[in-house]
Amino acid sequence: MWTVALKRVFHKKIPLACAFVILFFVLVAFAAQFFGFGAAWDTPIGAQYLPPDFSHFSAWLGTDILGRSVMYKAIQGTRVALSVGIITAVLSAPIGIFFGCVSGYFGGWIDELIVWFITTLSSIPNILLLIAISYTMGRGMTAVYIALTATSWISLARILRGEVLKHKQKEYLIAAESIGVGHAKRIFKHLLPNITHQIILSMTFMIEIAIRSEVLLSYLGLGVQNLPSWGKMIDDAKGELSTGVWWQLTGATVAMFFLMFAINVLGDYLRDALDPKANI
Amino acid sequence: MWVYLIRRLLYSVPILFGVSLVVFALFHLVGGDPALLLLGKHATAERVTMVRQELGLDKPLSIQFVDYLREIVTFDFGKSYTTREVIKDKILSGIGPTLSLSIPALFLTTFLSLTIALVVSYYRGKWIDRVALVFFVLLMSLPGLAYILFGQYILASKLGWFPISGYSSNWSERGYYLALPIIISVLLNLGSDIRFFRNSIIEEVTQDYVRTARAKGLSEKFVYLKHVLKNSMIPVITYVVIEIPYLVLGSLLLESFFSIPGIGGMTVEAVNNSDFPVLKAMTTVISIIYIITTVLTDVLYRLVDPRMSFGKRG
Repeated sequence: MWTVALKRVFHKKIPLACAFVILFFVLVAFAAQFFGFGAAWDTPIGAQYLPPDFSHFSAWLGTDILGRSVMYKAIQGTRVALSVGIITAVLSAPIGIFFGCVSGYFGGWIDELIVWFITTLSSIPNILLLIAISYTMGRGMTAVYIALTATSWISLARILRGEVLKHKQKEYLIAAESIGVGHAKRIFKHLLPNITHQIILSMTFMIEIAIRSEVLLSYLGLGVQNLPSWGKMIDDAKGELSTGVWWQLTGATVAMFFLMFAINVLGDYLRDALDPKANI
Repeated sequence: MWVYLIRRLLYSVPILFGVSLVVFALFHLVGGDPALLLLGKHATAERVTMVRQELGLDKPLSIQFVDYLREIVTFDFGKSYTTREVIKDKILSGIGPTLSLSIPALFLTTFLSLTIALVVSYYRGKWIDRVALVFFVLLMSLPGLAYILFGQYILASKLGWFPISGYSSNWSERGYYLALPIIISVLLNLGSDIRFFRNSIIEEVTQDYVRTARAKGLSEKFVYLKHVLKNSMIPVITYVVIEIPYLVLGSLLLESFFSIPGIGGMTVEAVNNSDFPVLKAMTTVISIIYIITTVLTDVLYRLVDPRMSFGKRG
């Protein structure tokens, strides 16, 4: 069902364009990670606070307080943002799927225990939990991955639990049970394909929230330490505006804006295509 | 109703216990030595021992946990490590400023987004709706920090319409200082709120009772304002209620940028100063407020919506 929906989505122009924007960011991040694209962000390319100059790629976004290329910083920041988004989604999806499915499928005391755990974690406001985890794990990328994974799986698990409860009474599962299909096979072979669209949707939003949170954590000084990130660029830029230096903040804002916009719009199209109720 | 209230309160006891367990584990187990977290990696051994003694970290974990539970019950979280202020007083003094920013912001945002969502969903599928939707996705996609920095720079520094930052205990001056942060806060949340409200309203519009109302000849406006609006209030209320704990937390960034002496600003300050006791207390208190709010909401629901009976949980 969801493969058909995906095909339908990407036959339209707008979601396809969004996918290309996201692909562009992925390629930039990939080049930054593996081919040293923008790796020279740490070496000054000129005097401090040079305004944007279009004669040189590295000077397109001007320089920062140490004369470093803001363009290179934005590129390296893309790498940090995307790695956070993707790693968080990849790590927390299995956790969310496992707890959501187990909780909804088996019910009983397992369900009560998992629901208790989920309710407990979601009683701590997300931003505080993020701050607390990345603070106690000792500032840095690993701490950010762990903090975001620890907070992201919760909503997925809750959504899936609800979905599984809905599907549990459906004929196809009862039929599977009656012909003697085991629990694991019933969950993974029969149930999971029917709720995959929910997982895809949740992961889209997970990536968006993770990237936003990374910017916030880096801004608070809890995030990535030795690499530029959009959050750190904004942090650097907060004192610059009053002196008329607008390019560092604009660079980080525009980069983040295009990525967020593409993910948001694509997410909307996916939801419309995947959620039968939204087709109004 | 009282039976329900009591049962609901009892039901939140394990959650409260869970939260204290998680927070305790986070601050005392996960990160290794809290004294090192507080002092940084280059602290001398004597300093570490001193801090451990001062914060009671040299006691066995089980006793530390009991101490922590006692802190929660007595609302006495000790002193801030950096400023030496009593945390309880700090929190109490921060609630006023935070609420004077967050309550008007929440009301304005909800009112505006509900109005816009009603208009937009009335014209759903038409160009107004499409343009509005794209516009609100644009609003949502801008980073929150950009709103604050550009807003503060353009509206306060450049144009001089608002003070750059500050706070006053005097009410009329407070309004003067808080106007800009409130506007920014509204802008920050408007996009996602409108989209959510629009979806909730449209979901109601497709219900049978709406068709009936139309079939008996009621005008479209009457159907919207009388029938649809009332029924779509349930998801709307849920959505707004979820934000109530954040009223107390406030906006971390807005408060810290506009130097509003509220809870959010204090939390940012605690992160910057690595103020372990304050951070722990903030996390605990706000989570407890969250739990209490959810209990109250559940009770309120049952008072407001006769379809939910008091008999069953859930």
